[in-house]
Amino acid sequence: MVKQPIITVKNLVKNYGDFAAVKGISFEVYEGEIFGLLGPNGAGKTTTLEVIETLRDKTSGEVTVDGLSIDNDADKIKQRIGVQLQAAGYYPNLNLSELITLFCGLYGIDKTPTEMLEKVALTDKAKAKYKDLSGGQKQRFSIATTLINNPKIIFLDEPTTGLDPQARRNLWDLIREIRDSGTTVVITTHYMDEAEELCDRVAFVDGGHIVGINTPNHFIDELVASGFERKKEVKLANLEDVFINLTGKEWRES
Amino acid sequence: MNQYSNTRATLAIAVASFRSIIRSPSAVVFSLAFPLIFIVVFANIGGSGVTVDVGVAKTCDTVGPVYQVLKNIKVIHLITKESSKEMASNLSKGNIDAIINIQKNNAQPPYTLHVQYTDASQQKGGVLKSVLNSVFYQLNSQGNTTVQPVANIQETTVKGREYKYIDFILPGMLGFSLLSSGVFGTAFVFLSLRLTLVIKRFFATPVKRYSIVLGEAIARLVFSWIGALFIILVGHYFFGFTLVHGITTVANMLVLSAIGLIIFMGFGFIISGIAKNESTVPPLSNIITMPQFLLSGTFFATTAFPQWLQSLSNILPLTYLNKAMREVAFEGAGLGDVTHELLILGIWFIIIYAVAVKTFKWE
Repeated sequence: MVKQPIITVKNLVKNYGDFAAVKGISFEVYEGEIFGLLGPNGAGKTTTLEVIETLRDKTSGEVTVDGLSIDNDADKIKQRIGVQLQAAGYYPNLNLSELITLFCGLYGIDKTPTEMLEKVALTDKAKAKYKDLSGGQKQRFSIATTLINNPKIIFLDEPTTGLDPQARRNLWDLIREIRDSGTTVVITTHYMDEAEELCDRVAFVDGGHIVGINTPNHFIDELVASGFERKKEVKLANLEDVFINLTGKEWRES
Repeated sequence: MNQYSNTRATLAIAVASFRSIIRSPSAVVFSLAFPLIFIVVFANIGGSGVTVDVGVAKTCDTVGPVYQVLKNIKVIHLITKESSKEMASNLSKGNIDAIINIQKNNAQPPYTLHVQYTDASQQKGGVLKSVLNSVFYQLNSQGNTTVQPVANIQETTVKGREYKYIDFILPGMLGFSLLSSGVFGTAFVFLSLRLTLVIKRFFATPVKRYSIVLGEAIARLVFSWIGALFIILVGHYFFGFTLVHGITTVANMLVLSAIGLIIFMGFGFIISGIAKNESTVPPLSNIITMPQFLLSGTFFATTAFPQWLQSLSNILPLTYLNKAMREVAFEGAGLGDVTHELLILGIWFIIIYAVAVKTFKWE
């Protein structure tokens, strides 16, 4: 099966005044995959995402999302994507149900709060305030708001930062479910084990450039073939496996 | 796919914002509790004191003995500076309690005192009446204990409505409530929505910018209207606030409230754009609200100020909102009768929103 690109970025450049945050990035995201943008802080990941999400103007280059150009069809693109922002808050003093109702209005979609909260297993928190949720619950809720408009693509900016290993695994399962239901997922993360586990393909971004793009396995095999060896002898398990083994896979709510 | 509805998005924001406002303690305290407390306190302080304000008619004899006697009575405060027209208007409102006119007669008795009382101040009128009776008893029995009296009294009473302190303080409190809700509320909400990236998240949906502003404005307007209605009704039923044309007057007051709120929200937009963080909102808001609170005739008439201060008062938008409110509520004026005030508020609207458009920040 030929992989169909759903996002195409060509020579994207974004300058903030004199500072060039993105210096000519090109890549494609295929329909139905989990695509990871990896790289150190300040590499230009978030800026790249925000340009694709039509939240930021580009300096130059071409970006198409689901066949639509970000220059002319920003509004149509917004109806087809779901966006989770890094560290975004929600309207103050409202509970989760009311927030979902608000977003339904913003997207012009008829869905019930229960229906959306069910997807992320938060129905028992329907009357809770966003600020009273645990880190994992907050991220799950954010993802629920991205799914309201049945998007073809969702963008998740560091969704697992600050979560404990259980909550992180729980979120991976949710993200895989979303992909398996046919939605393309674009994700950024600082955790390479997460990218290795979750992403179908990854792009490494550094200093505003893409320095590599392929499947995680390909990168690892390539590195090993070049003669690279870990200094420490590779064991069959790591400390996180120990953590999960000792504390259980059960996700802690609070 | 259905056609995207901006109206629906706007209303969704309005509903969310309204829910948020009624759950925020500061909004409720500033818009309802403070004005009510002020009304209760000032309605009970105001209007006390045992002087009777008595207007002296232009044709009054001021050289004869009757006038000299009255002048020396402490309880009676004689007012000579007002024009006949002002005096008559004030009498009908109960701002002055009576008008006297002493006529020198060529026949006996040598003087006749005409007293005009008013329905609007029956209590003070009663005080004056008993004072005059005792004065005239002394005056007429003084000196020559003859049967010839020096003067007699002729009394009439005009119809009028009492201008109570509540009629002054309530429109002022309404203005204050709108000012604080418009300035503080708007500034806080837009700053915090911007800082917590709520607005940015909104922008990732197809919502239009005007929907966000309009939705917030609708929510605040509905909340302010509910607050205004509450204040007016409490004032009317518990403190005897005058509503000349009943429901029509209330409706006119609500229209004025909306105009005032929209202008004051403009200040809020400006502050939300200038403020760096939430702790800079209160000082900036106070710079806007405090001078208006004190100088716009909220608690006392600006006519008590020295001239230079009055000219400052006469610039502030709240002064004109207060004036228009009082005209409408007590004089029964329609909106067409307060065009001067509305014009000045209109000029403020243009100035404020011109600045707001320049300073407002979305992110």
